[in-house]
Amino acid sequence: MADSNYEKFKSDGTLLGNVTEWVDARFPMTSMWKAHLSEYYAPKNFNFWYFFGSLALLVLVLQIVTGIFLVMHYKPDASLNASGVPVAFASVEYIMRDVPWGWLIRYMHSTGASAFFIVVYLHMFRGMLYGSYRKPRELIWVFGVMIFLALMAEAFAGYLLPWGQMSYWGAQVILNLFSAIPLVGNDLATWIRGDFVIGDSTLNRMFSFHVIAIPLVLLGLVVAHVLALHEVGSNNPDGVEIKKKKDEHGIPLDGIPFHPYYTVKDIVGVVVFLMVFSVILFFMPEGGGYFLEYNNFIPADPMVTPPHIAPVWYFTPYYSLLRAVTYPLFGVDAKFWGVMAMGAGVMIFFFLPWLDRSPAKSIRYRGPIFKGFLAIWVICFFILGYLGVLAPTPGRTLVSQICTVIYFAFFLTMPVWSKIDKCQPEPDRVTFK
Amino acid sequence: MSCDEKVDCGRRRLLVATAAAGGAAGVVAVVPFVASLLPSERAKSAGAPVEADISKLAPGEMMTVEWRGKPVWIIHRTKEMLDGLAKLDDKLVDPQSGKDMQPEYCKNAYRSIKPEIMVAVGICTHLGCSPSEKFKTGAESGVDADWAGGFLCPCHGSTFDLAGRVYKSKPAPTNLEVPPYKYLSDARIVIGEDSKGA
Amino acid sequence: MKKLLISLLIAPVLAFAAGAELHLDKAPDRAGDTAALQNGAKVFVNYCLSCHSASYMRYNRLRDIGLTEDQIRTNLLFTADKVGEPMRISMQRAEAKQWFGAAPPDLTVIARARASEFGSGSDWLYTYLRTFYRDDSRPTGWNNLVFANVGMPHALWALQGEQVMGEDHHLKLAKPGKLKPEEYDAMVADLVGFLKYMGEPVGEFRKNLGVAVLIALALLFVLSYALKREFWKDIH
Repeated sequence: MADSNYEKFKSDGTLLGNVTEWVDARFPMTSMWKAHLSEYYAPKNFNFWYFFGSLALLVLVLQIVTGIFLVMHYKPDASLNASGVPVAFASVEYIMRDVPWGWLIRYMHSTGASAFFIVVYLHMFRGMLYGSYRKPRELIWVFGVMIFLALMAEAFAGYLLPWGQMSYWGAQVILNLFSAIPLVGNDLATWIRGDFVIGDSTLNRMFSFHVIAIPLVLLGLVVAHVLALHEVGSNNPDGVEIKKKKDEHGIPLDGIPFHPYYTVKDIVGVVVFLMVFSVILFFMPEGGGYFLEYNNFIPADPMVTPPHIAPVWYFTPYYSLLRAVTYPLFGVDAKFWGVMAMGAGVMIFFFLPWLDRSPAKSIRYRGPIFKGFLAIWVICFFILGYLGVLAPTPGRTLVSQICTVIYFAFFLTMPVWSKIDKCQPEPDRVTFK
Repeated sequence: MSCDEKVDCGRRRLLVATAAAGGAAGVVAVVPFVASLLPSERAKSAGAPVEADISKLAPGEMMTVEWRGKPVWIIHRTKEMLDGLAKLDDKLVDPQSGKDMQPEYCKNAYRSIKPEIMVAVGICTHLGCSPSEKFKTGAESGVDADWAGGFLCPCHGSTFDLAGRVYKSKPAPTNLEVPPYKYLSDARIVIGEDSKGA
Repeated sequence: MKKLLISLLIAPVLAFAAGAELHLDKAPDRAGDTAALQNGAKVFVNYCLSCHSASYMRYNRLRDIGLTEDQIRTNLLFTADKVGEPMRISMQRAEAKQWFGAAPPDLTVIARARASEFGSGSDWLYTYLRTFYRDDSRPTGWNNLVFANVGMPHALWALQGEQVMGEDHHLKLAKPGKLKPEEYDAMVADLVGFLKYMGEPVGEFRKNLGVAVLIALALLFVLSYALKREFWKDIH
């Protein structure tokens, strides 16, 4: 990072100046501040879509802080208490009732989980709209997809902890996916569970993953994501490189310092986000059964599966991909290929930077094929998500199969159509729209 | 600072106002998190008053009941034990119970409601260990040749007499705490609640 | 292209039109009505709390619905010694399972658990408690419209009376109970109101706090937006 490019701070004789000089001689405080905020030049034409990066960071902090406080009261214990309720389930209700303000902290965390995915999905879609994954930002995108993967693992592990019916049976289904792998599958699933069924050992290891292992990975990836971004600079809605046109001081003509311009702008975004967040948290914390599923207010019961189980909404598009595969192939059963489809549905994002061959980055200058195909892909993604919460019927399965084909076709045929699409010329400088 | 050409007054006023409002909101947002660390309803319930039956407590014996997770001693003192208390005054830090370590109704020579029944929280006022009972007197007690009977804290050697009063030149600063308590009858005592209803 | 789009949009509509309907009566709203909630608490303690626990709910929490600790102690405290204790029951789960086939569930959060796409948890409970009917094919002699082959006998039958399934698949009151039908419905509404309160005692306070938080955020929005405009006026 940075760096000898920046002058060490020279004290102006005030107390604050002396302290700053003392620290700067020992730690790159001023240079880091400059490199990442006050002299990090971001394109001046960021629009609505560019709020979601800083919001994702905000939600990450919110989840970590609320999580720290929840861990002080939560108990990862599947054994039954004197009233015959699993201790883990009872400890969540203990937080909701007996801990002063525990309900608020818990709702923040549960609403925050859904908010995290909303923000991250929008952030990723921004990248697709404006080609933010294209050269030289491939690594930013790859780190981002890794964050997305870690986030899914984090959410999955966290969802087991309340130890309700949906926690239990959701984990049952997802962990059984591993048993689809030929030859070693069943042993692998048992190893992951630490038991022959989902049980106390599964709960304890998921707790460990959720509060320590994955958050550490997540934080590391976020740092890598931001460092990579600040190395190459931000993309913008026009998809042009602002570093190509600089003034005599080497400052991009279309760049403005992140601080104060984008700090004050992002604060507005944060306040608006908090308003939406508060409406959900205070007036509909269950999110209509999507953020906190109704069946999860029933303690986990290994003897009874609820009539209809669906994953939490943010997993449902991928869950639909899983269910859409109903044909055995090459002598391996459909279950395996379903798991593969689900995995591929996420993994394919890694390859996006190399699948896209369009001369223009931003949707503003790309042709009708991209716009049309992207729109259809988004519709399919929504339909898959919606079907994922419903019980399967033959009709629904057919729809999800069509959507699955389109989902993958969008990516796999991209190298062909992105090249021949009729793009408009990109401008030299950024524009305000 | 006055406004000169370089400083934009409107901007500064807005900055101060936003920072103040945001800061205030931030402080308020911290309150629930700090408050969540206070004792929960469960802890409060466990801290509710407890009753003890003292009808079988023979003179010269003590019993321990749990109140708010702490040991509370109930000691049935004999006539000799009570008579011995007054002789110790010059060896003690606070023989008259001047410091606020007992309810007002126990601020007397015996530090109790009824002279023979002593109630005290069995937690050393030094660093929170629970002292051991040393009721035997003299060298036999293993404490001191002129030991008059009382309690010895195993952690740092503080000693207390049979009214929970601390001896001079010991690490513990004050006498043992006497909790609020009251008699429901001669045989039943409730700890954690007194006649004021607290 | 357009055809594809249209078929894509229509297909889901066809695909989603499926699934059994469950008709639920709308439960009257008792939120904030302390007299009704207190009555509901009384019914709950007298009729439900012998078999069902509410083990996350502490008796003294009932201060929320306008009761004093002394009132709770004298009128409602049957299953515990201390007013700070939760509403537990003495019945052993293993025994209960033998008697009823399944251990009676804890009811603390039942109003939240019973919500579905057909209606709120309150609606389900309100309908359920009013649609028991005589069915001699069941071991208990009772069946239910919304919970087919339920293990629980009709605990409130003395109040409601006995309903039977008519030829037209509607329930008819065969033997009247102590309460008139509309009195019974009102009582069940109170009970369900209490169960809803118990599912989330902080529910009402949560909404009030939400209003305050949103007002504060609106103020912050005005300030932060003005600040943003102020800084950005230099950027063209």
